[in-house]
Amino acid sequence: MAMSEQVSVSQIPAFHEIYADQVKLDDREGYEGFIIPAEFLVQFAQAIKSKWGYDFLSSVTAVDYFPDMMEVVYHAYRSLGGPALVFKVQVSREDSVVPSLVSVFPGAELQEREAWDLMGIRFENHPDLRRILMWEGFAGHPLRKDWKEPYFEEENKPFSSRWPEGVAVRSETLNPYGSNVQYPKDFDPETWTPEADESLYLGLKSFKENDGLDTEKIIINLGPQHPSTHGVFRMAALLDGETIVDLKPVCGYLHRNHEKIGERNTYLQNMPFTDRLDYISSMSNNFGYALAVEKLLGIKPPERADYIRVIMAELTRIASHFMTTGFLLNDLGAFFTPALYALKERELILDVFEAASGSRMMCNYFRFGGVFQDLPEGLLEVIRDLAFNRLPKKIDEMDALLTENEIVRSRCIGIGVLTAEEAIALSASGPVLRGSGVPYDIRKADPYSIYDRFDFDVAVRYHGDIFDRYLVRIEEIRQSIRIIQQAVTQIKDGPIFDGKSQYSFKVPPGEAYGRVEGPKGELGFYLVSNGQANPWRYHVRAPSFINLTSLRQMSLGEKVADVVAVLGSIDIVLGEVDR
Amino acid sequence: MSGSGKGILKGLGITLKHFIETYTVDRKEGKNRYFTEEGILSRRTPDTKGVFTVQYPEEKAPLPEAFRYIPFLVYDVGEDGNRDIRCTSCGICAKVCPPQCIWITRRTDEETGKPMKEPSQFMIDVDICMNCGLCAEYCPFEAIRMDHDYEIANVDRMKHHIFDLEKLLKPASYYKAIRPVQVEREEAEKREKEAKKEAARAAAAAAKAKKDAENNS
Repeated sequence: MAMSEQVSVSQIPAFHEIYADQVKLDDREGYEGFIIPAEFLVQFAQAIKSKWGYDFLSSVTAVDYFPDMMEVVYHAYRSLGGPALVFKVQVSREDSVVPSLVSVFPGAELQEREAWDLMGIRFENHPDLRRILMWEGFAGHPLRKDWKEPYFEEENKPFSSRWPEGVAVRSETLNPYGSNVQYPKDFDPETWTPEADESLYLGLKSFKENDGLDTEKIIINLGPQHPSTHGVFRMAALLDGETIVDLKPVCGYLHRNHEKIGERNTYLQNMPFTDRLDYISSMSNNFGYALAVEKLLGIKPPERADYIRVIMAELTRIASHFMTTGFLLNDLGAFFTPALYALKERELILDVFEAASGSRMMCNYFRFGGVFQDLPEGLLEVIRDLAFNRLPKKIDEMDALLTENEIVRSRCIGIGVLTAEEAIALSASGPVLRGSGVPYDIRKADPYSIYDRFDFDVAVRYHGDIFDRYLVRIEEIRQSIRIIQQAVTQIKDGPIFDGKSQYSFKVPPGEAYGRVEGPKGELGFYLVSNGQANPWRYHVRAPSFINLTSLRQMSLGEKVADVVAVLGSIDIVLGEVDR
Repeated sequence: MSGSGKGILKGLGITLKHFIETYTVDRKEGKNRYFTEEGILSRRTPDTKGVFTVQYPEEKAPLPEAFRYIPFLVYDVGEDGNRDIRCTSCGICAKVCPPQCIWITRRTDEETGKPMKEPSQFMIDVDICMNCGLCAEYCPFEAIRMDHDYEIANVDRMKHHIFDLEKLLKPASYYKAIRPVQVEREEAEKREKEAKKEAARAAAAAAKAKKDAENNS
């Protein structure tokens, strides 16, 4: 490519022509992207990154095309914006080995570990390929199609035992405690001593510093039971005195294999399950999933539904950012005064959700082709009142309470720094990415729904520290208020649903990736349909989980107490991290 | 960075303002602010100030009509006072239920052995139910609806948490009481459908009469 040649960000180069010998177009019906041979993968990744500007590896996952093959699917983006470059590697089910991309895209680290854990894809040259969500004594790779859970009833819901002759049985009576686990061959839980922690600790970098003092490195575990972790999450840190030399996140304590449940469910049945991912922002989760299924179905919601969706998603962002800000202050030691002021505003927003959807947190409000029901009478007035009168005042108050506070500033400024290059390389998204000076917001970079109709700015700050991530969230609340103000002014009467109102329907075969800018970052749903009523593959690109990849980089060289604040500034929700 | 402490003082000023407001607002609005329906409602509006919390269980936050909790089954009261269960045991709710917590046994005619349009047993495991409301949304007979009663805590889940037909059945009057707008809408839809049917029937009769007249002439 000549340097003067202009390349539009929305244009995907024809890699099957550029690398005609190796790269093939994925021409299966309903599929997109390119198929790369495993031996060419690393080279291809380097080329797209350095030559074509695809510097952001968003999602890495695998699909089990039982009984034929395993397919590893990558979604890469340009940090300047534009659609996804999808590329895939196909390997056999028996010997699933794929070269690791961690050397090119460090952000692949946790995602490749997840694909190994759940799918049994072995990533060659991965620096630390251990299980991440399941425990070490676990037998098999649960997302493989031939793996069955202990409570297994049938391949797909609905289960035939429920009707017309259904008699309630609790699954635990069928499969009592003790027999509800499967162990690897020759595994005896009675005599087993956990080696996992050893291998975890061995993975921590040992430091050789000779300053003449006889010092010893210490490993400490923060969590899993620790208030600073916002749930059950653990960080194994290697310390030199009080300074972090290395750190590894340990998660999976809340794992329930959301994706396997999703593959048993019908498309519609999945909707309420998405609420439970990031349970602070269920409306955003609904949004991403609805977009992905609508892509497969090839339908679009009517205009009023689009407006309602945007209003709800932005209210969710406000509620989530308010909460994050409040709880960041908890982590800093300002116990519960800011958090409760934040929760108060969130309560008013949850009242709106409850009136519209029937539930405060588990909204289950979106449907494929619209929303569940129209806003009840008077609710739009309440939203208008919130957006024009209350929330702008309250965000100013929060700002005045915290931003100039000397303790907040000294604890946050210059701590937990992530540079722009690191943030992109580590696949960080959302406020973490924008706090590091990368103005990447999916609502602008790859607009979905009707976001192109609204006038708003992408919040961005340039120092990449805790304070800037905090400032980005404050600014985003203001921008969300702007969007809601425009939306409630523009919204017109009309239908709110224009899709199939059947409870079960077949979906055309193919794949789809729906992504939204959630409060935590890029929330993506990767779906593969084989033409049935249940998704063949259902994968969640969870922003909380992938943002944790950069936790180590942010914490290096900081003090133990600062790690707590760094984690608070990433804003994780364990329901989404562990899925 | 300044070490003057101005930011901290300003922040403390805001918390002090919040603190004082709890008293001034209470004073201005008087006793009705607590333990009355209007009082609780006024504390949940966008211009609320002062004390915000609801003192459950003495006070309860008002429920919007859309609120959904564990499902119940609607029955109409027949002319002779017996319960006319709306459920036809078609099984849609059991099929759409995401966690599969609904079990239905269809009643069969004792003499002929043919399946009948009503359930002989209907069970919901409320420990598993995720209150998503899909059963109510897709029920074609307005027979299963989401409840407003959220106080179902119990000492023994093994004994009490599988709700059977007896426990699930509630009269249509209760349904109307908790969801007046929805019932109104459903009844309007039904009337409209009936009217359409009636019109179609009349049109068909008229066409037939015309045809007969033509044939006769």
